[in-house]
Amino acid sequence: MNVEVLLFYIFSAIAIISGSMVISARNPIHSVLFLVLVFCNAAGLLILLETEFLAMLFLVVYVGAIAVLFLFVVMMLNVRITELNESILRYIPIGGIILLIFLFEILSVINGDLVPFFSSKLFVLDSDYISLNHNLNITFWSNQINPLTNVASLGEVLYTYYVYCFMVASLILLVAMIGAILLTMRKRMNVRKQEIFDQVYGNINSNVRYIN
Amino acid sequence: MIIDLVKYLTVASTLFILGIWGIFLNRKNIIIMLMSIELMLLAVNLNFIIFSVYLDDLIGQVFAIFILTVAAAESAIGLSILVIYSRIKGTLAIDFINLMKG
Repeated sequence: MNVEVLLFYIFSAIAIISGSMVISARNPIHSVLFLVLVFCNAAGLLILLETEFLAMLFLVVYVGAIAVLFLFVVMMLNVRITELNESILRYIPIGGIILLIFLFEILSVINGDLVPFFSSKLFVLDSDYISLNHNLNITFWSNQINPLTNVASLGEVLYTYYVYCFMVASLILLVAMIGAILLTMRKRMNVRKQEIFDQVYGNINSNVRYIN
Repeated sequence: MIIDLVKYLTVASTLFILGIWGIFLNRKNIIIMLMSIELMLLAVNLNFIIFSVYLDDLIGQVFAIFILTVAAAESAIGLSILVIYSRIKGTLAIDFINLMKG
């Protein structure tokens, strides 16, 4: 077995298991730590896809910023360990049915358009359509012409053709930063600061005195 | 790309479905709901990047960068709203969040 196939199975298995532990852990701190594990395994999957810049970007932004933010909030607020009350058990049957229908829809779309996942005898779509292409031969055009790294190729596109989207994204980050600061900033009452305006404004003859 | 496209898509779809399931299983716990939203955004991001690699189009990865940006901004503002909500109400119970008192 190939190393890449083995690594793919390891990363995807740990990602899915950690994802299910995120939503079902009793302690919210465990949920956040499992979320970090999901992000790290997603970054590993992206390295297998040869998009190493996006993998590192996932690690820096998702793990380093978003997951750390979650951890700060969970540790700062008094989040109690939730008990499994009966409302969760009430949601599981209907939720499971909706989930299975959704999964069936997704898998039938994937099966109909792309490489067959199940055996094609299970889904009788069209008797005239025979899927011939069981091995999709993908030509790596980018490797044949001039190999660019992931960073270089993204840089060639992002700053030339999509520069307006890039600036709008920076504006989104600016608005989010202003919003977060504005929402959570508290004015402290007993801070000793200098009031420059009160110090400078006024009549110098009455404010300044010469001491011998 | 030795590994099949469908296998990658299965992983991304499963993470997305886990995120959806997390939302309507944890209606009482707002932090788990926010984490499930982050899981769904991660799954959609993976989907974009997987298709970008298999269709030889770089727009998927460009859009994935923008989704990352929006996810970071949205989680920052959502968590700050949660912080001041708990500061005002004193608790994190969102059962009566639609009441205007307090």
